[in-house]
Amino acid sequence: AMLSTHMFGENGKMKEYHYTGPVEHKFSPYAFNGGTVLAVAGEDFAIVASDTRLSEGYSIHSRDSPKCYKLTDTTVIGCSGFHGDCLTLTKIIDARLKMYKHSNNKTMTSGAIAAMLSTILYSRRFFPYYVYNIIGGLDEEGRGAVYSFDPVGSYQRDTYKAGGSASAMLQPLLDNQIGFKNMENVEHLPLSLEKAVQLVKDVFISAAERDVYTGDALKLCIVTKDGIKEETVPLRKD
Amino acid sequence: MALQDVCGFSKTPLVLRWNSPSWSSVTVGAPHGLDGGRPTWRHACSDKDGCSENSLSPFLLASPSSPSVPLPFSLSHGTTTLAFVFQGGVMVAADTRASCSGLIACPEVHKVMPVHSHLVATASGSGADCMFWQRVLARECRLYQLRNHRRLSVGGAAKLLSHMLHPFKGTKLCVALTLCGWDGDGEEEEDQDMRERASPASGEQEDTESRTKMSGRGPRLYYVCSDGTFLQGELFSVGSGSPYAYAVLDGGPRWGLSVGDACVLAREAVFRATHRDAYSGNCVDIFHISSQGWRRREREDLREEYYRDREQRGRRQVQGGQEPHTGEV
Repeated sequence: AMLSTHMFGENGKMKEYHYTGPVEHKFSPYAFNGGTVLAVAGEDFAIVASDTRLSEGYSIHSRDSPKCYKLTDTTVIGCSGFHGDCLTLTKIIDARLKMYKHSNNKTMTSGAIAAMLSTILYSRRFFPYYVYNIIGGLDEEGRGAVYSFDPVGSYQRDTYKAGGSASAMLQPLLDNQIGFKNMENVEHLPLSLEKAVQLVKDVFISAAERDVYTGDALKLCIVTKDGIKEETVPLRKD
Repeated sequence: MALQDVCGFSKTPLVLRWNSPSWSSVTVGAPHGLDGGRPTWRHACSDKDGCSENSLSPFLLASPSSPSVPLPFSLSHGTTTLAFVFQGGVMVAADTRASCSGLIACPEVHKVMPVHSHLVATASGSGADCMFWQRVLARECRLYQLRNHRRLSVGGAAKLLSHMLHPFKGTKLCVALTLCGWDGDGEEEEDQDMRERASPASGEQEDTESRTKMSGRGPRLYYVCSDGTFLQGELFSVGSGSPYAYAVLDGGPRWGLSVGDACVLAREAVFRATHRDAYSGNCVDIFHISSQGWRRREREDLREEYYRDREQRGRRQVQGGQEPHTGEV
């Protein structure tokens, strides 16, 4: 394509509009397909949300390509970055879940899936999956759990995390609203499900305002002990 | 794999290949793929799991000497970790910021991880590499303990790690771990501790210091790095904030400090480093390793410390009427 990967900086943003000068064209196996993923863990629930825009350079490939994938009845994963690697990675995770189920006769827990994903990602340390993963689900005690990863498998458990193209914009907002950071004399109330859902919707509306790769629609997956509920909310399409 | 061929990954050296554990016998939590980097010819297929080949193993093979693909993202770096040996054991401290080319990827990372009851490893470098190699080291130490009915010494663990990292020399792997621990069986520990506590005079202290260093027991500190460095020492500070930490730590005596004073010194060093280094910050984790094992102090946010420190300096200026000496412990 005319807009190849060399014109993009590290985080997928374009470099210069009219670049005049010698450029060496080389094939790059990676592409940046945009998209933002967000996960929030509550007392007895977890929410994984993503926008549904699939873009590349100046084009939009699809307005209906959600980035949340259901893994088990208690776990959802959100993958953003290079769509090709997202698809392959989710296929590998599904296969490994089935293998585990057949050999151990039980479903993998969220923590186990997170540990497994870390080793899957690290096995490609020298040719990484260009995917930013966030797992959201319930742990063995029924409490909400969020695990965030970097492309090579470093991970840890969080209460909330934003990943993808608008992550730098959303993470500070979540730090303030959910983590109560940088606020004085504020009562730390636990987050209820309704408030969390409303917060996620508001936060994505803000992201769609300022990030070109985020928009079209928002898909929410709400994980509770009663199962996984899905909700779709429209976002800016421009 | 077709894509690897297109990118020029089809060349893999015949001698060095990675044991890829067979996919069918994977248990949860077992590090996958790069199995400690042991070359296959050394083990002659005695390890059944490691040597079985299947159609998926070429997918996992990545030769360390092949040209790497330019990555469109950067991995997390930047840190301040420090550790020093003193009469009460080893004092270890680290900040908790993981930065990724200007963005703070996570403000609450654990850079100090226990390996076993008497050994702790601090991590610096790429986050994923440190996490992975700490897990591999913990696994190998546990296997040694089960096979030999005793804990692996700190020097032994450091040498093991250094040998495991050696095949990756020259690749993009970036790991710098300081292994901090206490060598010994535990029985004769208490006698030595009592003798040390009963001799407060500095002359006697030197004796106990040299005795501890020469005997097979006592606090130990090793630095192991992915470029092949493997050093024993009494003070190490690693990371982008280490110059600032060294300045504080080198400023006074260390061996004779009490546990409380050593803790204050370590905390001050990390605080000064986080103040001046952009890539270090947020909280400080402090661990203390003695003959009884490792103990962890509660994580402390350093944001308030800055204001407390400024206030203290203001008060000293008012009292002394002159420029206060900064960095006082």
